[in-house]
Amino acid sequence: MRGTLVIFRRELASYFATPLAYVFIVIFLVMAGATTFFVGNFFDRGQADLQPFFSFHPWLYLVLIPALSMRLWAEERKSGTIELFLTLPITVWEAVLGKFLAAWVFSGIALALTFPFWITVNVLGAPDNGVILASYLGSFLMAGAFLALGAALSALTKSQVIAFVVTAAACFLFTVTGLPVLLGFLAGWLPAGLLDAVASFSFLGHFNAILRGVIELDDAVFFISAIALFLFANAIIVELKKAD
Amino acid sequence: MDVMIAARGLSRRFGPIVAVDDVSFDVGRGEVMGFLGPNGAGKSTTMKMITGFLAPTSGTAEVCGADIRADPVAAKRHLGYLPEGAPAYPDMTPRSFLRFIASIRGFGGAEAKKRIDLAVERLALQNVLEQPIDTLSKGFKRRVGLAQALLHDPEVLILDEPTDGLDPNQKHEVRALINALAPEKAIVISTHLLEEVDAVCTRAIVIASGKILADATPLELEARSRHHNAVRIDLAGDVRDAALSLRRLPGVASVEEADDPDGTALLVFPRAGKPILGEVTDLVRTAGWPIRTLRVERGRLDDVFRSITGG
Repeated sequence: MRGTLVIFRRELASYFATPLAYVFIVIFLVMAGATTFFVGNFFDRGQADLQPFFSFHPWLYLVLIPALSMRLWAEERKSGTIELFLTLPITVWEAVLGKFLAAWVFSGIALALTFPFWITVNVLGAPDNGVILASYLGSFLMAGAFLALGAALSALTKSQVIAFVVTAAACFLFTVTGLPVLLGFLAGWLPAGLLDAVASFSFLGHFNAILRGVIELDDAVFFISAIALFLFANAIIVELKKAD
Repeated sequence: MDVMIAARGLSRRFGPIVAVDDVSFDVGRGEVMGFLGPNGAGKSTTMKMITGFLAPTSGTAEVCGADIRADPVAAKRHLGYLPEGAPAYPDMTPRSFLRFIASIRGFGGAEAKKRIDLAVERLALQNVLEQPIDTLSKGFKRRVGLAQALLHDPEVLILDEPTDGLDPNQKHEVRALINALAPEKAIVISTHLLEEVDAVCTRAIVIASGKILADATPLELEARSRHHNAVRIDLAGDVRDAALSLRRLPGVASVEEADDPDGTALLVFPRAGKPILGEVTDLVRTAGWPIRTLRVERGRLDDVFRSITGG
């Protein structure tokens, strides 16, 4: 696991070596603010909570997480550094985990920088800070699941653009399967069991469950197993595709 | 001889194409093995398999006794590898890149600093340490790649075209470095520069279409050239009569005009590579030809290379 730590540090530092980190964080904060205040009608609702803030996170992640994950493996394959990287004395698991954790922690930093929203609601009223904490954790877990999915898809291609588009599409699928509109539409076509299965794979459904204020074990387990599954796929894809 | 690298029946297919076909060889401590072959012959693919980057379709390789398939991490610890094109993270500076390599190889603190300093000194990277690798010239990038491969003082070095893209001075320095490291290590370099084989290799393997076609010392390979023991003779005057007389000598197989701007030089080829200098000089003396130069050819590696690889 020492290898994971070394890779984690290099990857995290590499975000800040280019403007990517700052661009990402600024855009994330601006979009989080814009959706909360303009689309979510934060003030007009007259409630001291962060519901409008968190409810847009899946849609923000849909666009921003692929931008973070697209370079993870595609860039290494494109520039050939993967050959150097994977002939160092590390296992592919250490490599996969180190890269993922760096991206996840980075998204966590961006998320943590939204703390002024939390201060704002606490100044304006008396929100339930337990719900807010649970929502932050849920948002972080969901970001991890999107990132793990994006990391696996990034290993499939040498093109960061393709990695971005495919990841955004996949994230979209995992999100919309929880939308009542879509589920209502599918209800006419699919048997109830299958419909439940589709809905249960939705990131949105599990995230919304967490937003209600309690992290149920099964929602947390869902995101953690999704992360584990996608990272497992990531390692296999890297093994298969690294030398292509 | 301690065998440090043992390739055992390495084969690799890419779909219907057989890139490497049953390649086996040993490299011992103190040997510098030159991997020669035309582009696409399977040199890089073989190196990728020995370094554990590419899984062989069949066969395996051992590095210092560690099987690259069964125990890849142990094998990789003994290895320093310069991949083709010397890839390195473009956003990093050579210093941060070498620090990363040092820490992933398990060196920290003073030990890491000492090793980085030594690698930096050996490859003369002092002046570019703080520049992003992206902005470095091709020669410096190659040297950063070499510094990375040497950092942990590995017993086995695998260098894929180590002097490609370097200017003549830099080539000379890198070859001097390889020669200095050679006694303690087993080194494999791939190249298509035949002068490089002469300059650094104790042994050469010629590979084409994935198969080993020759495994010999550079001298043995040169002896296979039709230029081996040929005599080059540069006359001050007309060469036609001289060519006729030379052709009648019993040891001479043929006489050709050498590529020479004045058209006054002849190449005299011996039968079966036997020395003919004596016969030729006797003739020159009795005929009284004015000669400018006369020398025995060693044999040309590129000749042998072309005839072996069928180019």
